[in-house]
Amino acid sequence: MVIYGLISGSIITLGAVGLSLTYGILNFANFAHGDIMTLGAFLALICLTLMQALRIPATTFGALSFGLPMVLALMMAMVLTGGVAILIDRILYRRLRKSGRIVLLIASVGVAFGLRNVIQFIWGPLPQYYSAEIQLARKIPLLGIRIKPDQIFIIGLAAFLVGMLHLFLQKTKTGKAMRAASDNIELARVSGINIDRVILYTWIIGAALAAAAGILGGLENKFITPNSGWEMLLPIFAAVILGGIGSPYGAIAGGMIIGLSEEISTAFISTAYKPAVPFVIMVAVLLIKPRGLFGGK
Amino acid sequence: MESIIGVLNYGAFFAITAGIYAILCLGLNIQWGYTGLFNIGIAGFYAVGAYTSALLCGPPPGPLDWRTVGGLGLPFPVGVLGAILMCGIVALFIGFISLRLKEDYLAIATIGIAEVIRLILKNESWLTNSVWGLKHIPPPLHSPIQRGISGFLSANPDASVAVKALISKSYNWFYLGLVLGIVAILYWVSERSIRSPWGRVLRAIREDETVVSAAGKNVFRFKMQSFVLGSMIMGMAGSLYAHYAMFIDANSFEPLYGTFLVWVMLIAGGSGNSKGAILGAFIIWGIWAGTDFMSGYLALSAIRVASLRIITIAILLELVLLLRPSGLLGEEKFVSKMMGKSKRGG
Amino acid sequence: MALLEAKRITAGYGETEILHRVFVKVNEGEIVSIVGPNGAGKSTLLKTILGLLKPREGKVILEAEDITGLDPDRIVRKGICYVPQTDNVFASLTVEENLEMGAFIRKDNYQNRIQEIYTIFPDLEERRKDRAGKLSGGQRQMVAIGRALMLEPKIILLDEPSASLAPKLVRLIFQKISEINRSGVGILMVEQNIREALRIADQAYVLAMGRNRFHDTGQALLNNQEVGKLYLGD
Repeated sequence: MVIYGLISGSIITLGAVGLSLTYGILNFANFAHGDIMTLGAFLALICLTLMQALRIPATTFGALSFGLPMVLALMMAMVLTGGVAILIDRILYRRLRKSGRIVLLIASVGVAFGLRNVIQFIWGPLPQYYSAEIQLARKIPLLGIRIKPDQIFIIGLAAFLVGMLHLFLQKTKTGKAMRAASDNIELARVSGINIDRVILYTWIIGAALAAAAGILGGLENKFITPNSGWEMLLPIFAAVILGGIGSPYGAIAGGMIIGLSEEISTAFISTAYKPAVPFVIMVAVLLIKPRGLFGGK
Repeated sequence: MESIIGVLNYGAFFAITAGIYAILCLGLNIQWGYTGLFNIGIAGFYAVGAYTSALLCGPPPGPLDWRTVGGLGLPFPVGVLGAILMCGIVALFIGFISLRLKEDYLAIATIGIAEVIRLILKNESWLTNSVWGLKHIPPPLHSPIQRGISGFLSANPDASVAVKALISKSYNWFYLGLVLGIVAILYWVSERSIRSPWGRVLRAIREDETVVSAAGKNVFRFKMQSFVLGSMIMGMAGSLYAHYAMFIDANSFEPLYGTFLVWVMLIAGGSGNSKGAILGAFIIWGIWAGTDFMSGYLALSAIRVASLRIITIAILLELVLLLRPSGLLGEEKFVSKMMGKSKRGG
Repeated sequence: MALLEAKRITAGYGETEILHRVFVKVNEGEIVSIVGPNGAGKSTLLKTILGLLKPREGKVILEAEDITGLDPDRIVRKGICYVPQTDNVFASLTVEENLEMGAFIRKDNYQNRIQEIYTIFPDLEERRKDRAGKLSGGQRQMVAIGRALMLEPKIILLDEPSASLAPKLVRLIFQKISEINRSGVGILMVEQNIREALRIADQAYVLAMGRNRFHDTGQALLNNQEVGKLYLGD
């Protein structure tokens, strides 16, 4: 159970970190974030098909259920999703920034429904599969727990991406400027920080992480549907609020807590209500500590 | 002649649905248009209203039902009142946790409650009959009107086919009158309240909350009143839907139908304007229903057509936001006078 | 020679007009104070000079160049830096990162400049790895001024640098402002602490209701009986 909690926590974390970044810097709740995840998952599917057509050998890596094409598809989909996010920003959000955060929020709801239905239009509502293989859990001799190799990959990749993000935010000038803009965008502007560039990076990183979350979710569940991302939206928001809005580090803790409590809750309540767990946690946070555990905005 | 009657009868069906959406829009207009409260869980309130009314007025559980409660067979007005009351309670709870905080928390909290409500509808079969839904919800005054219809038909066997077709659908015309009557009453109440001192405080809260609280008004209380009132109106719409459709299940309340369309309607019509709310409901429902007609000419599967229609509505929303952000009618003058007074420098 | 000049500025928000044909001039090497009652439009004037607000009428001239209506980031590049009154540090960034953000547009090595700022404000060097949000009010003000100095500006605009500071710190901050000025940076500041602000100012303006009311040297205004009666409570 804890293992499953860690896995779903890793996926929620990737989504939540991206959402928290865009929330903090662009100052609006992006309700299309879940559907950006779905988009990433489906773009990976396209890339995968493409590579099959190019006959890139699909020999699996060791015990993993997938090989080089999947890894390449993952990277390509992250880049492509970042590109789509920028495109949406240029066409839509940038023109609406002056109208205020709630107008942006409404626009993002429109984007959410639009994206989901573009995906549904192309692929239909039925589940799509990355691969047909079924993988068995193995016992890790050292720790004595049963886990599938793919799941180790999921947790490992999530940790790697979050680590890279950490280095980026702490060590690079653009990363620091992103944190500065998230703290106080007006002050960033009058300090001469190039806000347009900060926003560009925010969308690329947020969307790329969302794509990774969508794809890893697909690997874990073995399928993706046009609704996959939307179903993740509530836990992701709960994680962001729990960690404090605009604090990517809070989002990591929030994501792990939500993932673990979702899984652990199944010991006490019907699994049918698992999706309600994040909401209950969120309500508790809003009542007790509305700025989140790590004091966001 | 028959085709005209057919169109007329379809028109009644169309206008009933559009009227129910207009009620939802009027509820949202009080919350968003007047007070600036972002409710994105409209579907949840709509569902609570529909189920409450259905359980209060519907038949007791039959042998094939899963549910063990409900079906009190109470009269229609009790169902509507119950729906209003229940939504008020749910809104109080949501308002209590989120109205003190920044506006996006309300958005997230309402989407959360809508999700929880959906899960309850799906899973608590003792109450909601789960996926089988609630059947035989009695339409108000159905049997006297049906009796009247059969009376007329047997008394006038020689009436033309067209007249017969029209008369036999009288119930729809009655229901349309009921829905439009409620729309008119809500419009009147809404216009009266926005011009009252209470409405002025709501508008001031929307423009600048700090000024209002500096003036000694309890912002939280006013927001709560507005949120609860708007949600109650949504519950009423749910109840009217249930008694018209006579059958409801968890799938009647997909987030799309309940929430997204209502938002697009209000924004397209003009938030802060009750006329705009009603106009938006009819126009967007017209586009929505119209695209359904056109889909017959496309060589696409039903699911693809459905996606295409939603994409159309989504693009329409973004275009309104980009090109005509105040909607077709915009706000009425007395509201927009407030706009200039934002923050002042020292 | 005039370093910065704001001529006949009319500006406001929405339908409200706050400044009416206001005039302010800073010569090279000068400290200029703008004082006046609350709501006189002092902060609005600074925001208009920096381009955060576009004037409806009038011109902003920096060293004979018309910079009216440019975007803030362009104006910052031209050598005007601004320290807002509140929220003037990046709270979750360290002191040193705050200074680095001040130098965001510098392409050269600015480590020396950071050292120079630490010489002006030795307190900051001790706390360079601490988050700015954890500092005291006075130290935050130092971080904010330090950040503005990173670009080696020709002039800095200070919005009430002494607001909500203890009297001892007020004196320290004003002392530092004089020190910075002596190193060749022009200062245009808005102040509520009228006496101190007039004392260190070369020139001073009194604004009331968005209009120029008095203009003279700081010392002359301190001795001006009318100013004393109206604003200093003499």
